[in-house]
Amino acid sequence: MSKKPDLEGAEKWQCARCDRPMEIRKVSVSYMDSSFPVDLPVCPECGQVYVPEMLALGKMAEVEKTLEDK
Amino acid sequence: MTPLTSTYQSDAFVMTNFIDQKGLRALEARCIQEQAPPCQAGCPVHVDARAMLAQIGAGDFAAAYQTFSKTVPFPAIISRVCDQPCRAVCTRGEIGDPIAIRALEQACVALAGDAPRAPVKPLPARGKRVAVVGGGLSGLTAAFDLARKGWAVVVFEAAQRLGGRLWEVAEDALPRHIIERDFAATVLATPGLEVRLGAAVEDAPALRDSFDAVYISTGAVRGDAVDPLTCETARAGVFARAGSEAWSPITSIADGRRAAISIDRCLQNVSLTASRQHEGAYTTTLYTSTEGIAPARAVPLPDARAGYSRDQATEEARRCIHCECLECVKVCEYLARYDGYPKQYARTIYNNLSIVMGERHANTFINSCALCGLCAEVCPTDFDMGALCRQARQVMVAQGRMPPSTHEFALRDMAFSNGDQFAMARHAPGTDASAYLFFPGCQLAASRPGDVKALYAHLREALEGGVGLALGCCGAPAEWAGRKDLFEETMERFRAQHAALGRPKLALACSSCCQVFKTHAPDIELISLWDLLDRVGLPVQAAQPASRTLAVHDPCTARYERAMQDGARRIIRRLGYRIEELPLSREKTTCCSYGGLMGFADRELARAVIERRINESRADYVTYCAVCRDFFAAQGKPTFHLLDLIFGRGDDAAAAGRGPGYSQRHENRARLKREMLREVWGEDVTTAQEGYESIKLDVAEAVQARLEDRLILVEDIQQVIAFAERTGRRLLNTDTGRFLAHYRPAAVTYWVEYRPEGDHYAVFNAYSHRMEVAEETKDE
Repeated sequence: MSKKPDLEGAEKWQCARCDRPMEIRKVSVSYMDSSFPVDLPVCPECGQVYVPEMLALGKMAEVEKTLEDK
Repeated sequence: MTPLTSTYQSDAFVMTNFIDQKGLRALEARCIQEQAPPCQAGCPVHVDARAMLAQIGAGDFAAAYQTFSKTVPFPAIISRVCDQPCRAVCTRGEIGDPIAIRALEQACVALAGDAPRAPVKPLPARGKRVAVVGGGLSGLTAAFDLARKGWAVVVFEAAQRLGGRLWEVAEDALPRHIIERDFAATVLATPGLEVRLGAAVEDAPALRDSFDAVYISTGAVRGDAVDPLTCETARAGVFARAGSEAWSPITSIADGRRAAISIDRCLQNVSLTASRQHEGAYTTTLYTSTEGIAPARAVPLPDARAGYSRDQATEEARRCIHCECLECVKVCEYLARYDGYPKQYARTIYNNLSIVMGERHANTFINSCALCGLCAEVCPTDFDMGALCRQARQVMVAQGRMPPSTHEFALRDMAFSNGDQFAMARHAPGTDASAYLFFPGCQLAASRPGDVKALYAHLREALEGGVGLALGCCGAPAEWAGRKDLFEETMERFRAQHAALGRPKLALACSSCCQVFKTHAPDIELISLWDLLDRVGLPVQAAQPASRTLAVHDPCTARYERAMQDGARRIIRRLGYRIEELPLSREKTTCCSYGGLMGFADRELARAVIERRINESRADYVTYCAVCRDFFAAQGKPTFHLLDLIFGRGDDAAAAGRGPGYSQRHENRARLKREMLREVWGEDVTTAQEGYESIKLDVAEAVQARLEDRLILVEDIQQVIAFAERTGRRLLNTDTGRFLAHYRPAAVTYWVEYRPEGDHYAVFNAYSHRMEVAEETKDE
């Protein structure tokens, strides 16, 4: 789930509150008693995370379905 | 695994123990698709004629010959003399001549029977000896079957040649070399099988003294009784052919085979009677419809002795209709989509429910059924996939294995309908008793709130004794989702309200509500709105453009509601329309894909279901369910709701108009309640809106369609923006100047791309996910 194509264009978004660019960090993503570390843009100042649309509707949705059927 | 005793009590198709193997097998046995075709069942030795004809039809005579000779020990002989009990039961006979099966067997022998046969290889010798009295078809079949199983066999034939009555057949019908060739390749080529010609036996039972078993193929001696199932006689180890009057070559072979099975079991000292129910000819339970199949006469056989040519045989074989049932699969897009039939599906579901570890591949399958009951209606044995899927869903919920995302949106919609914003129940203003309680249902109120108001006004005027109003959802979505708990809670709450109003008769606009109340609250008296309007008269006597033809789509939950169906039709006619009946209507009507919440499990399937239904007629449709109406119109089929016709909106625009989206449906319900309270009861109920509800959005049409598709409501977006604006937690796109913010009110995180514009917010995009992101935020 941590492949780069999902983060394409992510650099256009910056934290509006801290006025800072985001940095790619490992973030824990969990669902139905399973969790995975995922590389996501995070505001180094306040910790706000960005989940791009392509990731949410692609890999995340896929993994959600798999976990729901487990 | 959760132990299961739960059943869907009101259903005739109850499976108390579906979760065990025994229950599964009982269920599987109900589906007749795998039963033998009539020809095979009617054949005493069960030649798979259906498969053989398919092979001939495909021009593969070698394969067809294999199929034939696998079952029949003397294929060339039988292909000439078979008395064809198969033809008497051939389904093709209902629409033309039965298939000329024997002639086709003869063609197989002629075109593929000369190939060298593999040498007969018996099992290793097992040290026991069998005497067979009589060298006709029955005795030789028994001898050949037993010798191949490793028993030493001696055939005693009084004449100087084998074949018995075969030699009485005219030579041009049965050339003599055929008899000799079939026996040479089988009986005479089998090690361990000895033939003694000219060996008349005077006391056949006495052979038992020197043999381990005896088969008297010429029939019992001294009037001994013979068991027709096992061929046993009074003396242990002596078997005899049960008397058969007319000579039937194929029955002779079957009799010999039956005796061989008994003798083989006797010599092994195992049960002679176990599992023998389908030996010999029987009547199959397989049902095959001949509807839509053109009649066809047999391909003429110019010279019976020469038989069919290759081309003639192929043509004749292609007349076979390949008997199978699939009645349910033919009418159901869902059942057809998974390439199986209920017998297989029952096992699929059973296996899915039994998985302890691993992926449950059939979840989507189980959740995609419309639960509409059409399969049971068309099934010769009433197999109800809907009842099965409904129960499976309840099991999944009980096991904690129901995928949370599948029904959440629908259940949320139901919760909205039964929440303060919509639900209410009360007597008409200025009265304290109700003879009737009008319950329009959640979807009609969502789709056409104005009509609900007009109907309520009309009913109050037309009916005596007071007409109360109840707004809410009957609980059908919970029932479809397998949520017994939630459903029962909903039903209990309704019952309490209904009792408090003095148990008035329910006037129902929605057939699903009707089905739910009839099934789960049979003590509550009810009448459908369409039946009622037909009796008390219509609200507006609008002059309609007469002589237009509309095809009636009955909602699936109205399948067995004759009064509702008739009431609707009478109203349609009274308004000046002509009615076209769809091929599948009334008790055979199909679901619009809303039933069972199909679309939430498999959207593609739901689209296909709608597509199939809306193409059944070129006429515009009329229906009396708001959801069916909106679903069909959304996929381009001009469809009227019966209320459109009643309220004088019989124009094309009404039929083509799209129904409101999900958010608008919420809004319509909430507004309907507010307006009715104000207009009918004179109560001002401007409830204090929660903070986010006052946020004004500007959503472009294309974005709205996307939100609809992604099941994101206006209120979800409002909550995200409210949160972002309050906390400042949002991202900024440096190129576009738009914000992106997210918020997770419950189980779903919503992301919204927006920009403040004056007093409102322009919304450019929204998406969601269920996975939870661990955000270690530092807020202060």
